[in-house]
Amino acid sequence: MKNNKDPILSLHNITKSFGSVVANDSIYFDLYPQEIQVLLGENGAGKSTLMKILYGMYQADQGEILINQQKVVIQDPNDALRLGIGMVHQHFMLVPVMTVTENLMLGDEKTKGNAFGKLSKLDRETVRQEIIALGNKYGLQVNPDAVVEDLSVGEAQRVEILKVLYKGADILILDEPTAVLTPQETSELFEIMRSLIKQGKSIIFITHKLKEVLAVADRIAVLRNGKVVGHTTPAESSIEELALLMVGREVLLTATKGQSHPGKVVLNIKDLSIKSKSEVMVVKNFSLQLRAGEIYGIAGVQGNGQSELIEAITGLMQPHSGHIIILNKDVTHSSPRQITLVGTAHVPEDRQKHGLVLGFSVATNLVLQTYYLPPFSNGWVIYPEKVEENADEKIDEFDIRTPSRDALVSNLSGGNQQKVIIARELSRPINLLIINQPTRGLDVGSIEYIHKRIIEARDKGVAVLLVSAELDEILSLSDRIGVMYAGELVAEMDAKGANREQLGLYMTGSKKEKMLKENINQ
Amino acid sequence: MTSILLVSLMSLAIIKAAPLIYGALCGLMSERSGVVNIGIEGMMLTGAFMAFMGSALFSKWTGGVFNPNVSLVVGLLVGIISAALVAGLHAILSIHYKIDQVISGTVINLLAVGLTNYVANAYIDPTHLSGVGVFPVWKIPLLSKIPILGPIFFEHQPMIYLMFALVLFLQYAIFNTPWGLRLRSVGEYPQAADSVGINVIKTRYLNVILGGALAGLGGAIMVLESVGRFQKLMTSGRGFIALAVMIFGRWSPIGAFGAAILFGFSEALGVRLQFGDINHLYALVVVAALAVILTSIVWGINRLRNRSTKGKSPFLIGGIFTLGLTILYLANQVEFPKVSVPIEFLGLLPYVLTIIVLTGLVKRAVGPAAVGKPYEKQ
Repeated sequence: MKNNKDPILSLHNITKSFGSVVANDSIYFDLYPQEIQVLLGENGAGKSTLMKILYGMYQADQGEILINQQKVVIQDPNDALRLGIGMVHQHFMLVPVMTVTENLMLGDEKTKGNAFGKLSKLDRETVRQEIIALGNKYGLQVNPDAVVEDLSVGEAQRVEILKVLYKGADILILDEPTAVLTPQETSELFEIMRSLIKQGKSIIFITHKLKEVLAVADRIAVLRNGKVVGHTTPAESSIEELALLMVGREVLLTATKGQSHPGKVVLNIKDLSIKSKSEVMVVKNFSLQLRAGEIYGIAGVQGNGQSELIEAITGLMQPHSGHIIILNKDVTHSSPRQITLVGTAHVPEDRQKHGLVLGFSVATNLVLQTYYLPPFSNGWVIYPEKVEENADEKIDEFDIRTPSRDALVSNLSGGNQQKVIIARELSRPINLLIINQPTRGLDVGSIEYIHKRIIEARDKGVAVLLVSAELDEILSLSDRIGVMYAGELVAEMDAKGANREQLGLYMTGSKKEKMLKENINQ
Repeated sequence: MTSILLVSLMSLAIIKAAPLIYGALCGLMSERSGVVNIGIEGMMLTGAFMAFMGSALFSKWTGGVFNPNVSLVVGLLVGIISAALVAGLHAILSIHYKIDQVISGTVINLLAVGLTNYVANAYIDPTHLSGVGVFPVWKIPLLSKIPILGPIFFEHQPMIYLMFALVLFLQYAIFNTPWGLRLRSVGEYPQAADSVGINVIKTRYLNVILGGALAGLGGAIMVLESVGRFQKLMTSGRGFIALAVMIFGRWSPIGAFGAAILFGFSEALGVRLQFGDINHLYALVVVAALAVILTSIVWGINRLRNRSTKGKSPFLIGGIFTLGLTILYLANQVEFPKVSVPIEFLGLLPYVLTIIVLTGLVKRAVGPAAVGKPYEKQ
C-alpha cells in the first residue's frame, strides 16, 4: 500500500441501476499508483458493471470519476483510452484472422504519410518494431506477425495486454483474466502483472478466485450485491474471511466426504488409443478401472488428451484402438445414446456447446436425454405437461435460479446453466458419471453445491470419472487420482497420499512413473 | 486454327466477366463489413434500368445538343446513384431494423424486378424510348500493340478499364489501408472494433452503400457497353453468379477477378461455339489445357497463402503450368481433323471446366465471421 501518494483513480458514490435492479450502489473505490487492487466478488456482484462504467461502456446514474484528482467524464472507450485507462476483456477483443500487428493498429492506425486519409498505406513495419520494443520492455514477447487464431489462449492474452499498453494505458483493468488460463499460464500472468507494476502501471484485477487474490493483490475490495462490503489486504485476511465477505455466509471451500466403499468395476478401459482429426495420437494405450462408489480424478494440463478420452468414452469420438467396457458391455463403438442407455451420465466440458441447447427453454433442456421415453413421450408425441412438471420439480430440487421454466437457458448464469445439466444427468438412474471441468467459471456458491452433488452421487454407488484443470478440485473430491500427460496416464495414486507439488511435476511431464517409449510428438 | 481465336475468346471473356466482377465487388464490400448481400441481382438490375433511363431521357430532353457520350455518362451516374440508394434500403433494413439479411436481399430483388418491369411495360415500350448507343472502344496507345496481351486487355470500352482499376485499387485498399483494416475488423469481430472506438454501424452503412454503387456499375455496363438498351430481366441471374464468384474468389477482389474470368470464358466459349467457327476438337483441347493451367495457378495461390509450407511442391506446380502452356501452344500449331460433336455437349464444356476447377481445387471458402449478424452493443 502506497500511503504517501494520492490515488491515481477514484470512484465516488457510483450508482447504476438497470430497471429495478441496482447493480452498483454508491460505490467508493480508490486505486493508488503502482498497486494491484483486486476487485473481488461473485458473478453478478456488480464488478463488471463498475468496470464498464469506468471504461465508458455504461454511464453511471450518479457519482463521479476522478483521475489524478481531476473530475473526468468518460462517454465511450475512446475517452477512457485517452485518459490512460485500458481494459483487458474476459473475451478477447482481438480479430482472429488478423495478425498481432494489425490487431494492435486497429482503431488508431499508423500510416506512411497521410496524403490519402483513411486510404493511406498502413505502416506495418514501424508498428512491428514498436511491438517488439514494448514486448521487451514489459516481458511480453509475442511474434508480431503471428495470426491471432493460431495463438494459444495465454499468448492471445499477452497480445491483449500488449494492445492496452500500446494504446498508452497507465491503468489496466483485467476482467477475470485467469478464467481461461491453465495454472502455468496463470502464474506467468502474475509475473507479467508484477513487472508492469514495477514499470509504473497500476492494475485493477477482477476475479472471484480466492487463492489468486492472496497471491497477487496489494489491496482488496470486496463487492457483494452491488455494494463494497469490505476493504482489506492479503496480510490482514485469509481465504475463509474473504469467502465469508464475498458470499455473505460461511462456505465450505473443501468438500467434506466420508470414506469411499468401492464396489464392482463399472468402467473398464483397455489399451485405448485415440487419433485426433489431424491424425495425431492424442491418447496412447490408456487403461483404467473405475469402481462403483469411487471418484477417480484425472489431473493434467489441458490439451493432454483428456477431452478426447471423455469424447471416446461417451461415444462422441471413435477411438483408434482398444476397448471401453461399461458394466460388462463393450461400448467401444456404440452411439452416444446407447452409451447413455447403459446408465452413463455426461456433464461435458463446454456446457454451452455440448451440454445445452441454448435456444431451448430450461424445461426442454431438462429432458434432452429422456424426451423420447415415458413418461415424457409415448414414442410419437411429447407430453408437454409432463415436461413442465419435471421442470418444476428439478428447478426446486436443484435450486436452479431461473425466471421461469420457460426461460431460455441462454439467459441463465453459468452456475445455473451447469445446475440444469447436473439436474438432467443426475436425476436418471445412472451407474457412471463422467464429469469434465464441472465448475469452470463458476462462483464459490455454485462450486460448493456442485461438489456436494458429486459426492452424493458417489455415496449412492455411482462410479465418477472427474476431469478437471483445477488441482484443488481434483484433490478435494477424488478417491483416486490419475495424471495425464501427452496422452498417457503417467501416474496413478491414492488421493490420500497426493499433494500439489508432486502432481504438478507429473502434469508437466518432468516426472514419470512409467517410462515412455515414444516421443510425445511421435 | 490460330491464336487469334484464343485472343478474341479471352477478350470476350473479360467483357462477359465485367458485370460479374462489379457484382462480386459489391458483394464483398458488403460481406466484408458483415452484411450478407443477396440483393446484388436487384441492385444490378436497378443500375441497368436507371442507366438506360438516365441516358435515354437526358438525350431526349436535351434534344441531342450534347455528344451521345455525355448522355451515356449521365446515364452511368444515374445508374450508380440509384443502385447505391437501393443498397441504402438494404442497409437500413438489415443494419438499423435488424431484419434477416437474406430476407432483405430477397425483397430488393423482387422489388427491382417488379418496378423495372412495370416501368418498362408502362413507359419504355409504349413510347419506344430508344437508347443512345454504347461507349466506344478505347485502344490504349502503345499497350494495345503488345502481342497477345494488348488485344486481350487494352482494346476495350472505358468501363472495362474502370473495372481493372477498381479491382487493383480495392485489392490494395482492403488489405493495406486503415479503411480496409476497419472494414475487415467490423465484418470479423465487431465487438473488437467497437472496443477500440470504431463505429461499427457507420462502417457497415458506408460499405453496403458503396457496394451498391459498384453493383450499379455492373448493371450499367450491360446497357452502356453491350446492349445499348434496357431489356426486361436483362441481368438474368448474373447477380447470383456474382455471389458465387465472390465466394470462389474468397472475398478478395483479385480472387473475384480470377473466378469471374472463368465464368466469362465459359460464356464466351458458348457464344463462339454457337457461331460454329471453332473446330470442336480444338475447343476440347483448349479447355483441357486451360483446366491444367488454372489448376496449377490455384495450387500456386494456395501454397503462397498457406502460412506453413504445406501444399504441392513448386516443381510440380511449375511443371503442370508449363505442361498446360505447351498444350495450349501446340493446339494452336496443329491442324485438327474435323470431328463433329453435338453442340449441346460442347456447350457443357465450359461448365464442366468451371466445376472441376472450383469444386475440386479451391479449398473450403470461409467468409467473414460476423457476416449476417446484426451488431448489438452490449
